[in-house]
Amino acid sequence: MEHVILPALGEGIEKAKVACWHASIGDQVAVDTDIVELVTDKAIFNVSAEASGILREICVGEGREAKIGEVLAVIEPR
Amino acid sequence: MIQEMTTCCVEDLGLIDYKQAYILQKQHVAEVLNGGPQTFLLCEHPAVLTLGRLADEKNMLIDEKELVKQGIGIHHIDRGGDITLHAPGQLVIYPILDLGNFGKDLRRYLHRLEQVAIDLLGDFDIVASRFSGQTGVWTGGKKIASVGIGVRKWIAFHGLAVNVNTDLNLFSMIKPCGLDVEMTSIAGMKKRTVQMAEVKEKMTNHFCRNFRLECVKD
Repeated sequence: MEHVILPALGEGIEKAKVACWHASIGDQVAVDTDIVELVTDKAIFNVSAEASGILREICVGEGREAKIGEVLAVIEPR
Repeated sequence: MIQEMTTCCVEDLGLIDYKQAYILQKQHVAEVLNGGPQTFLLCEHPAVLTLGRLADEKNMLIDEKELVKQGIGIHHIDRGGDITLHAPGQLVIYPILDLGNFGKDLRRYLHRLEQVAIDLLGDFDIVASRFSGQTGVWTGGKKIASVGIGVRKWIAFHGLAVNVNTDLNLFSMIKPCGLDVEMTSIAGMKKRTVQMAEVKEKMTNHFCRNFRLECVKD
């Protein structure tokens, strides 16, 4: 399983809010495609899939906050 | 964290439809991702409202039908921040930069964009600054410039809007950035119209200096 992690976004930024998911559980996602958008300060940050596969789990729903380093989703590589 | 000087292509789009400029931004993002040059776009837009991803529609104080009647567009877009207005007389910059060259730090990037506006306003003897807890640039308790960005694979898009000769009455249609705030402009502060060409040149110079970029005109 491949974990999609919220990367470090800069000094003093500890968390970001999930604005929207571009994929749903069960969807086939391709490597390098954006799957989730997060908001912090006045920035939108897109996180992409690091592996192609099936999106098996969304760990942080829309409107919820995630901490830096937190697992946002789980992809089953194909 | 800024490394050696890199180049950046400067492109003046003039007065351009919001959506057209958005498509251009996305094309430039794709180019940078493919190893192409970073780009600094400058433009003005016909009157248009844009809402960031988590914008509250309550901050739009005008009926959508009325907007249509006045020929004012509205777009929900992928940038941070709430609602904002663009209109002729407002200088908008869209730097398409690889933030990998600038320490991959969103807050530092936003601060640096604000600094570009602060330095530009200094050229017009307007003392402007950041306002505690808020983004954007302020002078005399009024907001004069707004920031909002999007980032994809550490390539930044969207950017900064500075009111130069903007018709400030247009802001009555919205609660800018969701705040009870009064907006101002360079013309409003100086009590005279300012030449946009001059502002564009100063803006380009301050941008290049703040980001240590060698800017190349197309």
